[in-house]
Amino acid sequence: MKSANRIAQKFAELGARNEAALIPFIVAGDPDLDSTRRLVLELEARGADLIELGVPFSDPMADGPANQRALARGLGAGASLAAILSMVSELRRETQIPIVLFGYYNPVFHYGVERLTADAAKAGIDALLVIDLPPEEADELKQPARANGLDLILLLAPTTPIERARKIARAASGFIYYVSVAGVTGARSSLPTDLRDHIAALRSVTDIPLGVGFGISTAEQAGEVASFADAVVVGSAISLLIEKHGKTPGLAGAVGDLVAAMKTAMRAARNRGPQQSERSDG
Amino acid sequence: MQNQPDSRGHFGQFGGKYVAETLMPALFELEKAYKEARRDPAFKRELAERSREYVGRPTPLYLCQNLTTRLNGAKIYLKREDLCHTGAHKVNNTLGQALLAVRMNKSRITAETGAGQHGVATATMAALFQRQCEVFMGAVDVERQSLNVFRMKLLGAKVTSVDSGSKSLKDAMNEAIRDWIATVRDTYYLIGSAAGPHPYPMIVRDFQSVIGSEARRQVLKKEGRLPDVIVACVNGGSNAIGIFYPFLKDAGVRLVGVEAAGLGISGPMHAATMTLGDVGVLHGSKSYLLQDELGQIRETHSIAAGLDYPGVGPEHAYLKDSGRADYHAVTDAAALDALKLLSETEGIIPALESSHALAHAFKLAPTLGKEQIMIVNLSGRGDKDMQSVASALGVELKA
Repeated sequence: MKSANRIAQKFAELGARNEAALIPFIVAGDPDLDSTRRLVLELEARGADLIELGVPFSDPMADGPANQRALARGLGAGASLAAILSMVSELRRETQIPIVLFGYYNPVFHYGVERLTADAAKAGIDALLVIDLPPEEADELKQPARANGLDLILLLAPTTPIERARKIARAASGFIYYVSVAGVTGARSSLPTDLRDHIAALRSVTDIPLGVGFGISTAEQAGEVASFADAVVVGSAISLLIEKHGKTPGLAGAVGDLVAAMKTAMRAARNRGPQQSERSDG
Repeated sequence: MQNQPDSRGHFGQFGGKYVAETLMPALFELEKAYKEARRDPAFKRELAERSREYVGRPTPLYLCQNLTTRLNGAKIYLKREDLCHTGAHKVNNTLGQALLAVRMNKSRITAETGAGQHGVATATMAALFQRQCEVFMGAVDVERQSLNVFRMKLLGAKVTSVDSGSKSLKDAMNEAIRDWIATVRDTYYLIGSAAGPHPYPMIVRDFQSVIGSEARRQVLKKEGRLPDVIVACVNGGSNAIGIFYPFLKDAGVRLVGVEAAGLGISGPMHAATMTLGDVGVLHGSKSYLLQDELGQIRETHSIAAGLDYPGVGPEHAYLKDSGRADYHAVTDAAALDALKLLSETEGIIPALESSHALAHAFKLAPTLGKEQIMIVNLSGRGDKDMQSVASALGVELKA
């Protein structure tokens, strides 16, 4: 299958079933690359629709403590881009779940944008998301990504003015990642009260699926967001579970249980319909 | 050459705005506010007046007669930034940016700091302009610069010790950026190096250019001609770009930057970014970086906390590639020798950072003719370093 189609097709399938996508983020190599490979399969079996695979970086400026530690563990386990891509190639023999490579620009730049996009596409990666590469600097990655059939996932934030959002959305492909809070990654006890309004405002500037990430850590929050967004990203909560269970046999089950509970809540929120989910916000 | 950066904040291939989307609007807002301020006569007047009355500018261009005689070569002048209020050149930039913060109505000012000089200069401005202040500082630097930590606290700032990574300047900057992402609406992030995303490298350079503008006027008055060589220490590179910039078009003036070779550049314990780094992206801009073969940022070492950073400002990277400036590295030991020599011959105790520039200048001076003129940017005074210097010299100071 042509890689970029996996994401579009997944959103089309989910849309037809009135479902939002659940996108777990896990750091590649946390606790080691073989665990990551098995976790991806477990996540898919328990309800994940896409996977964000974090690329370890020494200086993760947009991440809170939980993901900082996860990235450090991945780095310690030797999860280089080359090793991650080789793990993904193996995975592709077993699953067609869309995979987004998520990271900071320096390791990508250092690998070489031409070489990386070619190797990533060959390994079976569907999209790249580079958190410190805003559209203004993205040209040097965008062209080779496109040439290799990879989506470049762009971000919008609560601080993004609507005119800028419109401009960014025009260049977006795959889906748009909306950062729910002005802040770094990490669990929040409650989500911003105006999140739903922000997403509604963005609907007026784009038809591309809108995913929401940063701060979502419970099934209840996932359900709430699924009632108005097209995708829910959960990251730090999983990083904390991986930290707790490490390489023990309980790891897959613990992570899988959280993801399954989230997916169940997300389906329920959609089935309740908009009115009931309005009430459940209160 | 003086028209750098371009409208997108690029110095040739370097610079730019490599930050998370959350911060992009804040950078545009800052750029707009800065452009307006620069055109506003009232802003320029206030900056000039406070530079004179509060910072103590102009600083002298001092001729080192004893040292010149002793080294028997070029005439050595020092640009005495150590005499600025708070003890280093850092205050030139914090004054300008604090005025911007006030103009932009930001209630809180944050900063990263290495040696603590920029933290002190920021805390000073926060006190002067009655803003909340938080300074992020690596745990290792908190330890080796305890005097500056105490000064910041006296000035009313909160000092947050950063325990991640190498626990020095790079990690302090990571944490300051994380804080800014979460507080961007009411916080002014006051970067102290000529590094970070556009427009910071340009803003810091412009506010520090007062050093070079004064030095140029002063040397023309004293000598009737421009200098042959200007030497400054470089890490982020704010004092160096400040003294270089007004001389960029003077092709006959050689510009020399000096970075930290630590324990020597053959091993891993150094911060010689320009000598050994390659191109990468960190903290918002593309520049030279010390990194491993996978693009992970390397840990650095220098006896000077203010030179202990694995990157360099993008304009220096550009000046290096264009050949307009050349960059060299000086070891901890050579910097210490230079600190002792200046203290003994001229009665001036320099900061360890500035001592790197001095060490290279002292090596260069005897190779030049006596008619040649050299200016060394004495970016800061050494009081803050007495604990580190004593311990390097095997002397124990009682608390």
